Amino acid sequence: MADNYANTADKSVLWDWLTTVDHKKIAIMYLIAGTLFFVKAGVMALFMRIQLMRPEMEFITGQTFNELITMHGTIMLFLAATPLIFAFMNFAVPLQIGARDVAFPFVNALGFWIFFFGGLLLSVSWFFGGGPDAGWTSYVPLASREHGGLGIDFYVLGLQVSGIGTLVSGINFIVTIINMRAPGMTMMRLPLFVWTTLVVSILIVFAFTPLAAGLALLMLDRIFGGQFFIPGMDGNVVLWQHIFWIFGHPEVYILVLPAFGIISEVIPAFSRKRLFGYSAMVFATLVIAFLGFMVWVHHMFTVGIGPVANSIFAIATMAIAVPTGIKIFNWLFTMWGGKLTFNTAMLCASSFVPTFVLGGVTGVMLAMAPVDHLYHDTYFVVAHFHYIIIGGIVLGLFAALFYWYPKMFGHKLNEALGKWMFWLFYIGFHLTFFVQHILGLIGMQRRIYTYLEGQGMATMNMISTIGTFIMAFAVVLLVFNVVYSAYKSERITERDPWDARTLEWATNTPVPEYNFAQTPQVRSLDPWFYEKVHGDGTMKPAEPLDDIHMPNGSILPFMIGLGLFIGGFGFIMMNMENPIVPPLLVVILGAVLTFGSMGLRSIKEDHGYNIPLERIKKIEKEAS
Amino acid sequence: MGENLSQPFEKSAMSKDERIQLEREKRIQITAFAFMISLTLLAFIATGSEIIPAVFTVPFIVGLAVIQFFLQLFYFMHLKDKNHAWPNMMMVSGVFLSTPTIIALALLLGETKF
Repeated sequence: MADNYANTADKSVLWDWLTTVDHKKIAIMYLIAGTLFFVKAGVMALFMRIQLMRPEMEFITGQTFNELITMHGTIMLFLAATPLIFAFMNFAVPLQIGARDVAFPFVNALGFWIFFFGGLLLSVSWFFGGGPDAGWTSYVPLASREHGGLGIDFYVLGLQVSGIGTLVSGINFIVTIINMRAPGMTMMRLPLFVWTTLVVSILIVFAFTPLAAGLALLMLDRIFGGQFFIPGMDGNVVLWQHIFWIFGHPEVYILVLPAFGIISEVIPAFSRKRLFGYSAMVFATLVIAFLGFMVWVHHMFTVGIGPVANSIFAIATMAIAVPTGIKIFNWLFTMWGGKLTFNTAMLCASSFVPTFVLGGVTGVMLAMAPVDHLYHDTYFVVAHFHYIIIGGIVLGLFAALFYWYPKMFGHKLNEALGKWMFWLFYIGFHLTFFVQHILGLIGMQRRIYTYLEGQGMATMNMISTIGTFIMAFAVVLLVFNVVYSAYKSERITERDPWDARTLEWATNTPVPEYNFAQTPQVRSLDPWFYEKVHGDGTMKPAEPLDDIHMPNGSILPFMIGLGLFIGGFGFIMMNMENPIVPPLLVVILGAVLTFGSMGLRSIKEDHGYNIPLERIKKIEKEAS
Repeated sequence: MGENLSQPFEKSAMSKDERIQLEREKRIQITAFAFMISLTLLAFIATGSEIIPAVFTVPFIVGLAVIQFFLQLFYFMHLKDKNHAWPNMMMVSGVFLSTPTIIALALLLGETKF
């Protein structure tokens, strides 16, 4: 019953985390899961760079190399970057709009567990005859049932499952941002990170559905004898490329727009100025999102679609440079004349700007369809998208980690170690990828596992590998920093350690499970800054202090995820040589688990619980 | 707070006007549904019977699909109702994004190169 006060502290630690629906805890789980996948894919990158260190190395075989490139790309995009971004969205968005939680806390937990089990399904492929090996784009006919191995089935089902999780979380964020804003928090007062989250969630809804459809078609082809992508049976291989890139190009913006949002939070905070051109930033975000859907054919210039189609998509692609340029200049003007503090978060955020411009310039170069025939499938492309992903997204994530860490964990990360990490990472990154531009231009193809002596590629590949090791060392330093700071760093009890501007800094540290004892009244853009300057330094309440109604935790999201994992594995077993148990049985078991849990959720009455007034008063008194 | 959450309501909390409104809404929904089923039946008949030529069938079915599409959006998904600005926005942007995509795909996957 609702009045039985269920304290989360009464549960054991493990059970609490498995059943939690609290957005702050889910954020930390996303953070941990994303970091694990990030490290895993990073180690794969190290193996590949060792293999490419010298001509004709025999560190790993070509087959293993193919599996490594595929898994590196797939994991980094779907299972590392996406959850890490979701971690910060989950943590910051409800706090920044003055909400107690996301709109559907249960669905939030469901999104995490489905993503997690999807990732696990993809990862177990190593134990069943090797990972997928057709590249992260998994082009047919290479990935068709005729040519692709069992690994591709893990790719198809794993991404299908984790895609459901992402989709579910995206819908949740849209509803949260539209419906859960505190009084006075109008759309044009939303912090830019919330704006980018909203736009990205809309992109997820529109982009992950084509991916789900494409993966379903590929699954039908591979497991159930379909013929969508088999040319000899009236299928069309180019269709897969279209479907994949209709998803794939927006996916790039799904990842980079939140990074833009993070940068737009961190730079004003450490420049002591409001964001320059707020409405232009919002407008640019919307335009980028829209144009992002109209450019997918620029990944397929060399397919032979024809000059008119290529030109249209080339021009549309170049048009994206305009709103992106608006953003770049707005960040520069925010810093211009500001009182700058260069701590680790700001170092990452400010160096994001030039690095991202470098990636953007090569992007416009690649958009020129005629020259693309020269660049296509060379290391130039590899260098380009790593400048966007590492120079853009990863630096943004580092900035977010250092910026929000005190709010998330109650202590800051060590600044000295942080700065060392930043400079090592930055130098290592440019060493690794700058030379790859030139490698691409002199003709080194991507996805090749070795090259010959005397092709003029040995020195630059060596430099690139050295850079990778410096980057890897920087990441080890970051992990060390996390552990070191957990023991040595001073506990933070103040609300606002950075003297920042947005609403999340108005909450107590550590954030109580109900976030705000009273929903705040928002009176301006950058509400917390406004109250500090024009008010008395506290948020004006929009409601009297009262009992707070909270949702109960539930194990069902975990069970639904587990069911999808088992069901997905059952489908893969249909392609195995001698499965120990009949595959259909496994599929049915998974379906029973998933749909049974869903049914249980529908039947079982669950009204949540109340946190009584006295307890809230006690928590608030202890914190202040 | 919260003792009677599991008890069912004995009487509706709606006013008489609201109930009349709801009845009308229900009638419109059922009418729209019946109309859409009949459109679907027409499509089946057009393809199933051998008398009607294919030249007629294809544009006919596409026309039916367009009508279906708007009926779905406005009646089944309540876009005609008030206070549906956000769902409207999402639907319109979805249509806005998917239309050029579908046209481009139809053109690019054909035999003709542009």
